[in-house]
Amino acid sequence: MSAPHQSNPPRRHSDRPHPDRWIKVLPEGLYVEPGGFYIDPVRPVERAVVTHGHSDHARPGNRHVLATPGTLAIMRQRMGAGVGGSLQPLEYGEGLRIGDVGVRLVPAGHVLGSAQVVLEHAGSRVVVSGDYKRRHDRTCAAFEPVPCDVFVTEATFGLPVFRHPPDLGEVQKLLHSMALFPERSHVVGVYALGKCQRLITLLRAAGYDRPIWLHGALEPLCRLYQELGVELGELRPATVAAKEDLKGALVLGPPAAVADRWARRLADPVVAMASGWMRVRQRARQRGVELPLVISDHADWDELCQTLEDVGAPEVWVTHGREEALVHYATSRGIRARALALIGFEDEDSEGISGGALGGDAS
Amino acid sequence: MNRFAALIDALVFMPSRNGKIRLLAEHFATAPDPERGWALAALTGALSFREAKPAAIRELAATRVDPDLLALSYDYVGDLAETVALIWPERPERANSLPPSLDEVVEGLRSAKRGQVMGLVEGWLDTLDSSGRFALLKLITGSLRIGVSARLAKTALADWGKAARPEISVDDVEEVWHGLTAPYAELFAWLEGRAERPASGSGAGFRPMMLSHPLEEEDRAALDPAAYAAEWKWDGIRVQMVARGGERRLYSRTGDDVSGAFPDIVDHMSFDAVLDGELLVARDGVVAPFNDLQQRLNRKTVTAQMLRDGPAWVRLYDILFDGDEDLRGLSFVERRARLERWYEAVQPRRMDLSPMVPFAGWDELVAMREGARENGIEGLMLKRRDSAYLAGRPKGPWFKWKRGALTLDTVMMYAQRGHGKRSSYYSDYTFGVWRGEELVPVGKAYSGFTDAELVELDRWVRNHTTRRYGPVREVEAGLVLEVAFDSVHPSTRHKSGLAMRFPRIHRIRWDKPAHESDRLETLAAMVVG
Repeated sequence: MSAPHQSNPPRRHSDRPHPDRWIKVLPEGLYVEPGGFYIDPVRPVERAVVTHGHSDHARPGNRHVLATPGTLAIMRQRMGAGVGGSLQPLEYGEGLRIGDVGVRLVPAGHVLGSAQVVLEHAGSRVVVSGDYKRRHDRTCAAFEPVPCDVFVTEATFGLPVFRHPPDLGEVQKLLHSMALFPERSHVVGVYALGKCQRLITLLRAAGYDRPIWLHGALEPLCRLYQELGVELGELRPATVAAKEDLKGALVLGPPAAVADRWARRLADPVVAMASGWMRVRQRARQRGVELPLVISDHADWDELCQTLEDVGAPEVWVTHGREEALVHYATSRGIRARALALIGFEDEDSEGISGGALGGDAS
Repeated sequence: MNRFAALIDALVFMPSRNGKIRLLAEHFATAPDPERGWALAALTGALSFREAKPAAIRELAATRVDPDLLALSYDYVGDLAETVALIWPERPERANSLPPSLDEVVEGLRSAKRGQVMGLVEGWLDTLDSSGRFALLKLITGSLRIGVSARLAKTALADWGKAARPEISVDDVEEVWHGLTAPYAELFAWLEGRAERPASGSGAGFRPMMLSHPLEEEDRAALDPAAYAAEWKWDGIRVQMVARGGERRLYSRTGDDVSGAFPDIVDHMSFDAVLDGELLVARDGVVAPFNDLQQRLNRKTVTAQMLRDGPAWVRLYDILFDGDEDLRGLSFVERRARLERWYEAVQPRRMDLSPMVPFAGWDELVAMREGARENGIEGLMLKRRDSAYLAGRPKGPWFKWKRGALTLDTVMMYAQRGHGKRSSYYSDYTFGVWRGEELVPVGKAYSGFTDAELVELDRWVRNHTTRRYGPVREVEAGLVLEVAFDSVHPSTRHKSGLAMRFPRIHRIRWDKPAHESDRLETLAAMVVG
């Protein structure tokens, strides 16, 4: 990596090695050289620090894994025996040294167990955010901004068109539709880890106390959340349920299932989807979604910008998402910024087009 | 504006056609005049506001947000109205001012003086929420792209109108449509049973055209050739000539009035009739390539040079009205006889009869279709001898039987994001062939692949991008696209000097190395005429 252009002298001593000398982008992922470990590696490695349990960040087969107890529980649940070699839990806020690097995990507010990785080496502090959001979520600890020299951020919703409206309003939209069409099933596409449980807690907080029906793929993680102390109310399996019971019911399923054959067994379903992408109408249309709910576990544009402000880092690296716009914004605020071009991290909606969603009535 | 915005949002998200018809019918039933009329006008593309062009809206948005972020957002969203609706910064004081009604917006724009329009729009954007901003911007740019065609809106009108007028169909709506103007009070009054059918059907309005189905092999097996007459399918654009009571109009297939662009035809419509034909460019009776006609399309006015270089011609297929006499109920054979008699008597200039193609059986027709490769012929039309002239696209009476397509192996060079339902997918491909060691573009295609293939193509484009120019990506010369097209003609628009007619992706040759694809000389040899 070439020596950085220093038009805007950052507040650090010139004898400290710049973090880009000890944190490298390798094919396996982000490598912290003096600690000999990778953060969220995309291929099996000797030592991995994992920020959270989503499958593009937590992958099987690493020899040694460090993560929060919540993330490790999720990984065990999802991967079973393939989870890897030794699993080492590290509670939020506790410090640890790996090689020549101080490591601390701090809540990221993304999903249960999600953490930012705070790295200290040779007088510099680098924070790797993983995925994060800033708004309230009953299912996980809230994001803590940590002042640092380099902030490594995601940018899933890194465009100013992405502004997530208040969660409560989106949940009210769903409840309103259920009141309007009491005979129709409402089937909501949610990601199995995080979004599913968060939506349930939002519904419960809004006063919805009827049973919520779950696609089989969502059950194990809901059970795990409950075991870990997250109240979800009464849940029932939708897979074996009689069609009659599902009239007017609220059914949650993975995104790929709700616009597919699985949902057709339901009574004239209203297809909804809970995702930050639902903000863009054409995206919702592509997925065949009739009721888009803008509920996201990622920071929206304003939250990304606010976070850059809060951590006060003179330098920002952007891992994945819409890097270009966030880099542009940061630069315009006098922050040195660049895209890391990490591969292997997926957009929340990268499952492509569900069957037939592009067909239909063209105009 | 709120009710209209809610309608637009609901339509955007309604996946089913019947659901859309229900939503529209409900709007017609509940919204008052003239609001529902303005909504109908917006949905059928009948509203246009001169100064509210996309460039002006983009410029306006750039006064409120960083232009680079705006450009990146537009590139991502793929729809200007949506981008600006989402990105427009909300003002905390919005709650204190009332958003405009749809009537206010339309009246405001109609009476606004030159230079005032964008000021009005800016004020409205500040008082509307995101849905309202989206509806407003869709409305003023005049292209909604929300999955509702004019035909669908008219179908919904007819559906809703059936409550009071059980006898009507969508064709009745089409029939009266062209005599009406927004906000259509007399149309709604008629459909609610409060007034007579609007009389406009007798003027120089457009009559719904009869369209054909492509002839599939399995159809052909079931057809009795003796029941059908054949004629050439000419490679121009279908038009309807209406000359009634001193008024003269030339309409495209969709009912758009294109009279202004073709004075050389309209000048010679000194008769009283409604005719169906193919608009062509022809010199001394010889049909020119479609490309020549293209130079004259989509123009409001026309220069003397264009009239000289590309003289228009109409090849007549059918007669709908002779004077006041409605001939549409007659059989094709009877109408054809009437057309021939009419032509003989009137002898109109710049028009001739499309000749019938006599044939003894399928074998002869197959041979003629294969042999038809000269300029101006796209294939054959088969028309049932006993068929009346019916509105729309009934299956059975008329078939189009295009000659086989030409194909060529090309290499993908650029990809561009699509619009509407395909926004955010790279779905428009520019492809080229080899000239020496370099690739030269020869065309662009955005159809012919399945949704699943689109996902794969999109992924390939993203993984093989070498450069980006806004919404366009240049890609490695690594993917062979077998392109099908109807014909190829010399062109000054393309660097290669050649232009394809109707190119579409025929097959994606994942297997074929790019250097083995076709050369420019191969394409040049396919030029006819």
